[in-house]
Amino acid sequence: MDIAIIKYNAGNVQSLTFALNRLGVDPILTDDPETLQKADKVIFPGVGEASTAMNYIRKNKIDEVIKDLHQPFLGVCLGLQLMCKHSEENDTECIGVFDNIVKKFDPNLKVPHMGWNTIIDLKGPLFEGVDEESYLYFVHSYYAETADDTIATCDYANRFSAALHKDNYYAVQAHPEKSSLAGQQILKNFLELT
Amino acid sequence: MLTKRIIPCLDIKDGRTVKGVNFVNLQDAGDPVELAALYADQMADELVFLDITATVEKRKTLVDLVARVAERINIPFTVGGGISSVEDVSALLNAGADKISINSSAVKRPDLINELALEFGSQCVVVAIDTRHVDGEHFVHTHGGRQITPIKTLEWVVEVEQRGAGEILLTSMDHDGTKNGFADELTATISDLVNIPVIASGGGGNKTHFETVFNQGKADAALAASIFHYREVDIRDLKEDLASAGIVVRK
Repeated sequence: MDIAIIKYNAGNVQSLTFALNRLGVDPILTDDPETLQKADKVIFPGVGEASTAMNYIRKNKIDEVIKDLHQPFLGVCLGLQLMCKHSEENDTECIGVFDNIVKKFDPNLKVPHMGWNTIIDLKGPLFEGVDEESYLYFVHSYYAETADDTIATCDYANRFSAALHKDNYYAVQAHPEKSSLAGQQILKNFLELT
Repeated sequence: MLTKRIIPCLDIKDGRTVKGVNFVNLQDAGDPVELAALYADQMADELVFLDITATVEKRKTLVDLVARVAERINIPFTVGGGISSVEDVSALLNAGADKISINSSAVKRPDLINELALEFGSQCVVVAIDTRHVDGEHFVHTHGGRQITPIKTLEWVVEVEQRGAGEILLTSMDHDGTKNGFADELTATISDLVNIPVIASGGGGNKTHFETVFNQGKADAALAASIFHYREVDIRDLKEDLASAGIVVRK
């Protein structure tokens, strides 16, 4: 199985690569449109700041490539936020796969939302075999609002989207690669999507 | 709900764990990777690796170790000790570390915090602070807590947050090694002063100490070393007790 991880300026992908290795696959890191189009699955990681990432993505037309893909696609953390329509982080227009808006957490909370939190209202094949109230590891300062495309929610003072799904596009806010067995199951489920 | 975190700390020298550990079921207790995997199985929420390797030439060992740890374990981990540049951090993050922690180097050159936050994001920048109570005030100490600085701890925590730290690892040198409990009062004061998570360290000796540092101390996470290494406190048991006391933990 060819798994491609999108290479761009926002991501430390080593942990994700190792997590996939533990599941028996060896992903390739690439920004080549043709390789991405041909891959069986595409993963869009992301750690960092939205506007810097989006500037790079637009300049290199990665947004167009992403919107054109038809195979199972998984955004992780900042990847999820960049797949939304707009982020309050430096007022950034994002890729717009999802219509959700990304907002900043209430400044009275401790930010980033960092650590293990439970996910509930799990829907669809990405969460096959994952229990309601499983713990995942989160690190983020902005969150996607809930909407019809929300397939899991998490609560940090208010309820936000822990995962989104539309067509072939999936995204998770937590870091499955760092979320012990529950995270491993989510990655495994993604690899089994057709 | 977001849980309180339990974090074992492993001291590393030349790629090996320093303190003798008391795990009969480990093939090689000196191997940080084995120990890390064991703690991950025991439901540790994160791990901290503190490198005390003295020489620069041996630091390459640390990068290799980080890669071996990342390859094996599926919970987040922080690496600290001797980090003083963007290049150091880049190498460790690329090897698979989730966060890095800086201590003396941030005191020496506070701009390092800004540089790291800008380059890698605040979420991976932990500022470790060794503090000691001297003549009625808390002062930041460096060099493993041996050297006092003129910097007041309560001012420094605010400054590191403003400069872009994503988390504070607070070690009370007055409590460290005593097993008499964490610095609850100071931790609570700091937790109220800043809007980033605070990890309490130093003094944790039994389960009650963890309960009080989360309740009274308002800590977001608590770190300890030898009580876990010597199995004086089992992480699973600790979490059961904390849950019974109404503290939200991952089990």
